[in-house]
Amino acid sequence: MTTRIVELRKGILKKNDELAAGLRQRFASAGVLVLNLVSSPGTGKTAFLERTLNALREGGARVAALVGDLETDNDARRLEASGAPVRQINTHGICHLEAEMVSKHLEGWDLAGLDYLFIENVGNLVCPSSYDLGEKVRVALLSVTEGEDKPLKYPTLFNSADAAVITKIDLAEPCEFDREAALKNIRAIRPGIRVFETSAKSGAGMTEWLEYLKEQRVSHAGS
Amino acid sequence: MHELSIVGSIVDSVTESLAVYHGARVTEVRLRVGALAAVVEDSLQFCYGIATEGTLLEGSKLVVQILPVIMHCGACGADGEIASLQSFRCPHCGEPVSELRQGRELEIESIEIEEAEEAVEP
Repeated sequence: MTTRIVELRKGILKKNDELAAGLRQRFASAGVLVLNLVSSPGTGKTAFLERTLNALREGGARVAALVGDLETDNDARRLEASGAPVRQINTHGICHLEAEMVSKHLEGWDLAGLDYLFIENVGNLVCPSSYDLGEKVRVALLSVTEGEDKPLKYPTLFNSADAAVITKIDLAEPCEFDREAALKNIRAIRPGIRVFETSAKSGAGMTEWLEYLKEQRVSHAGS
Repeated sequence: MHELSIVGSIVDSVTESLAVYHGARVTEVRLRVGALAAVVEDSLQFCYGIATEGTLLEGSKLVVQILPVIMHCGACGADGEIASLQSFRCPHCGEPVSELRQGRELEIESIEIEEAEEAVEP
């Protein structure tokens, strides 16, 4: 027997990264802005997305969504009420979405006929951060019911985000939410990040958020 | 929780690389993992034993090297390790850091293999 060391220097998630790079190229040439929404379970991603889809459609934008969950198509059925094309991705136990799942669920969709595509990730603040889905904008969401120090506890996810959304601000007062602390913590992990303070119930903060989406789309088209 | 998926990717990737070493078996796999990679070493080790069963990696040792987060400061030009994962500021001038030079790695650095000696004619 002879023993030897073989240098590999290979990315462990290389396959996912390559697939995601291919998707990113496809999205760019189709002119569709793709966003990946990540948060804990129960932050209100679906309600926030519902409100966003409705508002964008009212404004004449062409939107679609992919929603990830371990099981059930409850979220997809709920979002379909907006009239936008929606597909559910069931991961059957896997705690995050991968580029391959996204790619598979895009089959038959005309991407060039879309302005925005939202991918609602599986509710989880750890695992989705390792998997690139080819998105242009990664959005980390945090609700006022979760505690202001969540960004400090999950730095990897918040550090990899391009924008942060605080949800359920209509509940800020009864939850004794410390707004300053939350903003400080988000910015400690991701200096300079845009933060939106929203309520899917009252509609607060949605105007700024929609404005941001428009800006991102313009800069996307120009890039 | 996604460590099992990651270990599965390691097994696939190493098995693929072994194709050119006929009859070799793996005795050690060395990883480089950034402190920001969201991977827990204990979980990796736990999943490794399960995922390598019945593969050419069975019985091999997994060695994980954790890499600190290294930033580059656009304001003062310094390169260095951040003070903690709870504060992404330059340790020299205190300005917010936007560029990371290291800390997100998730790669297989090398493997140690045992090859059977060439068969010798009697």
